[in-house]
Amino acid sequence: MTIATDQARVIDGVRAEQWIRIYRRMVTIREFEESVNELYTRALMPGLAHLYIGEEAVAVGICAALRQTDYITSTHRGHGHCLAKGASPDRMFAELLGKEAGYCRGKGGSMHIADPATGNLGANAIVGGSAGIATGAALSSKRLGTGQVTVCFFGEGALGQGVLYEVMNLAALWKLPVIYVCENNLYNEYTHYSETTAGDMLARGAAFGVQAESVDGQDVRAVYAAAQRLVERARKGEGPTFLVCRTYRYHGHHVGDINREYYRSKQEEQEWKTKGDPIKNFAAWMIQQRISDAAALEEMQKEVRAETKAAVEFAIAAPYPKPEEADEDVYA
Amino acid sequence: MPEVAVRELTFAQAVREALAEEMRRDKRVCIFGEDVAEAGTPFKVLSGLVEEFGCERVLDTPISEAGFTGMGVGAAMTGLRPVVDIMFGDFLTLTMDQLVNQAAKVHYMSGGTWKVPMVLRTTLGATRRSAAQHSQSLHAWLSHVPGLKVAMPSTPYDAKGLLKTAIRDENPVIFFEDKMMYKLKGSVPEGEYTIPFGVADVKREGEDVTIVATSSMVQVALGAAEMLEKIGVSAEVIDPRTTWPLDEKTLVESAKKTSRAIVVEEGYGRYGVTGEMASVIAEGAFYSLDTPVKRMGAMHVPIPFSPPLEDVTVPTEQTVFEAARAMCGKA
Repeated sequence: MTIATDQARVIDGVRAEQWIRIYRRMVTIREFEESVNELYTRALMPGLAHLYIGEEAVAVGICAALRQTDYITSTHRGHGHCLAKGASPDRMFAELLGKEAGYCRGKGGSMHIADPATGNLGANAIVGGSAGIATGAALSSKRLGTGQVTVCFFGEGALGQGVLYEVMNLAALWKLPVIYVCENNLYNEYTHYSETTAGDMLARGAAFGVQAESVDGQDVRAVYAAAQRLVERARKGEGPTFLVCRTYRYHGHHVGDINREYYRSKQEEQEWKTKGDPIKNFAAWMIQQRISDAAALEEMQKEVRAETKAAVEFAIAAPYPKPEEADEDVYA
Repeated sequence: MPEVAVRELTFAQAVREALAEEMRRDKRVCIFGEDVAEAGTPFKVLSGLVEEFGCERVLDTPISEAGFTGMGVGAAMTGLRPVVDIMFGDFLTLTMDQLVNQAAKVHYMSGGTWKVPMVLRTTLGATRRSAAQHSQSLHAWLSHVPGLKVAMPSTPYDAKGLLKTAIRDENPVIFFEDKMMYKLKGSVPEGEYTIPFGVADVKREGEDVTIVATSSMVQVALGAAEMLEKIGVSAEVIDPRTTWPLDEKTLVESAKKTSRAIVVEEGYGRYGVTGEMASVIAEGAFYSLDTPVKRMGAMHVPIPFSPPLEDVTVPTEQTVFEAARAMCGKA
């Protein structure tokens, strides 16, 4: 790949090579998710999956500010978080197909990717279910003095779960290094959040003295800037924060949610895709800043697409676990 | 062999000693829950620990059982060895997602990569005149779930040894203490010992009938055995000590020897621990049994407040004695 720029040039306080990495990761997630949809459509994937397409800037912007040893917890819509934190697409696909080579040896599937090597404490299929785990990890980091930060990703649907407020209160009391990242993609499954969320979202964090702010979740530069600030704050021991990212889920609640007009219009979807696409908008900015050019970005996309294809092929060819493994790893 | 000093400790002192020894041994061990620090819990089980280990390791939490239990899971995954305190077993209902969907699943769902070395201590048992929301024995719920281990000591000696094992275990362990037993005294040797999980203890040897009992019902079973001896019935009392892992072999062997078995427990009989143990015995000792295995548990009612009502909801020495006498054909 050739990119006609000086990799070390600094734009908006960030080296060009880092902006390029961020772009590549967003494209990786997009390509991964498009392939997941295809695997589902071709009936090659057992079960369902919840696609992250449209929300890439959130996971990538946040995780770009984290170290490998920092922790994340993820959600049922978690492929983007896992990839952004450094998971490898081939083992991700293998897990989605229920193969032995998957991150969970086929025991978790799409909603439960976990990976100690990248600090991924696990995706969680209980909405709000990882809030306790994330906050407990932050307690460990503080007690053990490791300097690690934990990011707890959840959707705006989790704002309906009481446990989130229990742990926010505790995190504030104990000044824990945790960032609660709410991805407001507007829909709790099939219901607009305005029908489920009373009052001001940010006030829910602020009530506990948790610093609360919101950011345009389609703008990876804005997300990254906010994340860098909040991560540094957490690392310095200044306590928890709550970041609401305004974003949009291009696809349905899950891959099978095709006919969506009873809860949202095609026009609304189209507007987000044309005006608010995080990858297109970021590409335009990179070209404008001469970090890259259209040809180079297209070339990168081709590369990512080829890598993704190879990862899918790896997963399809990979063997299933043996049935006798079903009762392994129940206990450590 | 040097002489090991043996003292009389209460059940509460034995629990406290196990925690103190483990906290001295391993700096990662910490305690959190409601009123665990200066108050030492309403039962005073933890008195003195915050003075020795400080409020960094003995943490008072808000009244947020789900929240701090969930934090226990996350803390255990990332390097601490938390001992979470849930004051009354009834409040386990508030922690169920954290225990059942999170703690129990993490190791398996992650393909064996993450571990949850967490202990959750809580209480069980009625007859404290506390009514239906502070008296239940809900250990069957957790014994039902793969991924969890469940310990239920019945003596100060077992309490100390099992709790030390629980803290060193790499898995989530739910540790049930009978709140009526905190003042019970028993012999506890000084110094280091642990008791493995899944190993039943024969609390009393006998020939005519096996009484399997857990936690609060072990003393009841032993009392009934004394009464039975007076009418010429020799009862063997077995305490499984952990409902999971369960020492099926000891239960079955005893029932084969005596040819009669009663399982007595303070949980509800319906779909409960007694049903499981009776089934284990029936399957394993069927051709040696003279009579069907009998189950005795809490009456199928919310535990009532008024003493004359509450007292009839729990098996007693008298009711266990009568059941065994009838089973042995003694008038």
